[in-house]
Amino acid sequence: MKGAIALELKHVTKRFGAVVANHDVSLSVHHGEILAVLGENGSGKTTLMNMISGIYYPDEGEIYIDGNKAQILSPKDSFKYGVGMIHQHFKLVDVFSATENIVLGIEDGKKFNLKESSARIAEIADKYGFEISPEKKIYNMSVSEKQTVEILKVLYRGADILILDEPTAVLTPQETDKLFAVLRRMRDDGKCIIIITHKMHEVLSLSDRVAVLRKGEYVGTVETAMTGESELTEMMVGKKIALNIDRTDALGLGERLVVDKLNCLDEYGVKVLQDVSFSVHGGEILGIAGIAGSGQKELLEAIAGIQPTESGKISYIEPESKELIDLRTKTTAEIRDLGIRLSFVPEDRLGMGLVGNMDAVDNMMLRGYEKSTVFVDRKKPKELADKIIDELEVVTPGTSTPVRRLSGGNVQKLLVGREIASAPKVFMAAYPVRGLDINSSYTIYNLLTKQKESGVAVMFVGEDLDVLMDLCDRIMVIASGKITGIVDARTITKEELGLLMTKTTSVLEDQEPHTNSEEKESLSDE
Amino acid sequence: MIFGFPIVLFIQRAILQGTALLFGSTGEILTEKSGNLNLGIPGIMYIGGISGVIGGFLYQSSAGRTVNPALAIIIPLLSSLLGSLLASLLYCFLTVTLRANQNVTGLALTTFGVGFGNFFGGSLIKLVDSEVPSIALTKIAKVFKKTLPFADDLGWFGDIFLSYGFMVYLAIILAVVASVFLKKTRTGLYLRAVGENPATADAAGINVSKYKYLSTCIGGMIAGLGGLYYVMDYTNGVWSNNGFGDRGWLAIALVIFATWKPSVGIVGSYLFGALYVLYNYISVSMPMMPIIQMLPYVVTIIVLIITSMRSKKENQPPASLGLSYFREER
Repeated sequence: MKGAIALELKHVTKRFGAVVANHDVSLSVHHGEILAVLGENGSGKTTLMNMISGIYYPDEGEIYIDGNKAQILSPKDSFKYGVGMIHQHFKLVDVFSATENIVLGIEDGKKFNLKESSARIAEIADKYGFEISPEKKIYNMSVSEKQTVEILKVLYRGADILILDEPTAVLTPQETDKLFAVLRRMRDDGKCIIIITHKMHEVLSLSDRVAVLRKGEYVGTVETAMTGESELTEMMVGKKIALNIDRTDALGLGERLVVDKLNCLDEYGVKVLQDVSFSVHGGEILGIAGIAGSGQKELLEAIAGIQPTESGKISYIEPESKELIDLRTKTTAEIRDLGIRLSFVPEDRLGMGLVGNMDAVDNMMLRGYEKSTVFVDRKKPKELADKIIDELEVVTPGTSTPVRRLSGGNVQKLLVGREIASAPKVFMAAYPVRGLDINSSYTIYNLLTKQKESGVAVMFVGEDLDVLMDLCDRIMVIASGKITGIVDARTITKEELGLLMTKTTSVLEDQEPHTNSEEKESLSDE
Repeated sequence: MIFGFPIVLFIQRAILQGTALLFGSTGEILTEKSGNLNLGIPGIMYIGGISGVIGGFLYQSSAGRTVNPALAIIIPLLSSLLGSLLASLLYCFLTVTLRANQNVTGLALTTFGVGFGNFFGGSLIKLVDSEVPSIALTKIAKVFKKTLPFADDLGWFGDIFLSYGFMVYLAIILAVVASVFLKKTRTGLYLRAVGENPATADAAGINVSKYKYLSTCIGGMIAGLGGLYYVMDYTNGVWSNNGFGDRGWLAIALVIFATWKPSVGIVGSYLFGALYVLYNYISVSMPMMPIIQMLPYVVTIIVLIITSMRSKKENQPPASLGLSYFREER
């Protein structure tokens, strides 16, 4: 089945400023082969693929296509070489039909005839087994239909090398199976397919070979048939690195927040949380590990009352009276007043929680403005801002500087500081160290530990496994919206965590009992 | 006359009144399809009008007793197109190249355009030392208003369909051409893609800035012809300051009424024209007049409500209308 080498990367390196996104990566893919590129968040998978599709240009190294050195300077060049990339975020015009979207930008010198194009599209769709009606408008389409249009777009342009960036992230299991069938048919037709993913079972069921990246480094390529889950996980996460975070023992103040069988749908109607059950105790840090987009955001937002839930229970237990309060019936403001605080640092950092053009004092006032009368009192927020700036060593010219002018780390300190200042009972911090340097990160870790010591139930969503293992008391692992394990952070190994993170089950495997995770759960309850 | 109502005359006046709006709305539709919300259109129509007047004035005063019919059309036409082109280029440079806020830029351009028109209009009026505060280009207007020689012999049919100067027909032709262009051609599809989702168009290899510039400039020139038509045909070559009134805003309202379809704009413009002149033909008391004159806007609001309630995607404005396009960092 395997043909000649279609694509070869030789010693490719890409840097963004001081950050090395890819370092000396060499790999090759053949015609009639499916290569999976596996790696954690930030391991450089997407950057690597963007270099093949012309979005970035490598700083060092060469790309060969069909044996010839290729100069891919723009996405247009990549079409020329027969490379087609299907991005995670669809680039489609909503009010256009599938055909109109597909022919967009094609200058083939032929007469403009949508009917003929539709016929050709139907032909390609038939050949590989896509289900699509070319005349259908995009806004009437499901997510998987939109993805089909994206794939047809590159096939229509005659792509021989297809790159799919996490194609199953938005699909239901049934749709995933359909997509895989189509991809296999394309492989048998001699196309070269690269699929970026972090879902282990997909790698194992679909790919011929797997290339593993870790923190921008190329770890190696293995034949899928010759490897297994544990070897791939080890390649992916690497060895544990010890950090010096002062971790105190959990206080064991009893349950503070109990979530029971929580279910949530995202904006596309896809299930993002499935039967999520866990509890957080006062005086502990519960780490939440998982690949980005596994449902962490939705879970925290559901607790904070921002994200609508389908079914399940979220109860808050009042520390003094032990009274049980159902959070699902409360409004966001009521939940905040109970002392449940969320600080979420999104990828753009300024997107949530702070207003870039306002200064530190105004941003402090955004919380608790309901309590003020017509005229706002700037005195208290000013004191608070001064206190945070002082205690957290925020570098700023003053409290009247717009926060957008501060560096990312200082903005995050303000954000976290403001939520902590409200003396919360439950504190949820999602990616609070995103993009921070080491010292600022440690300031935040210490803050979280201080909160824990004062009896707060802390939830910490982190990206770095080493940090999670050194900072938290327990770690809950979430994969594709399901809890795959709640483990003791002091005894778990990195490999075990990696396995739990990539442990996604397709529909068929769903019936198997999760003995492994249940064992771990009882272990942590000791 | 039907039931004492001068129906033929009424339709004639409606069409004459509507034509200026039709030029404006066709131009604005083309512009908005690229994602540029050009609120400078009322100003550009003023500029188109006064530029034509300046060209015509210079020609008429140099030509002497008789004017050459071809030059009498070509010179005002070209100077009008040039005036609106420059104004549109200014708008493009600010919003596309410098990515200034479209609303602010458009409103500023309208204020500028009206002032520009009144300033040069006032200068010309001073120059000829006229007794009335207006300037008349009667000889040129005669050429603009020339109808087919046999139009008068065809009774009411000739009156309704054939009794107009060439610009009335030009407006219809431009609207039909724009409609076919947007629906049936590759370039039209690309233009709509730019207005709907510039990032997608960019990724597909379409030059977003080029499309925005071209459609805004061509749209602006078409709208400017509305100003020229108003002076040369509708008012018989008489420019008086602020004479064009609020027709530019009506043209923008008409774009919404037509749900961004130039073909619907033809019918809509005549309907608006009819509503605009209605108060002359029904007996209403003076205080009621503004209410009757308000009708086109009321109709637009009703259409806006109906289209938003039905929320049919095809009747919505281009998705990225009014937004500047920043290419994602690469």
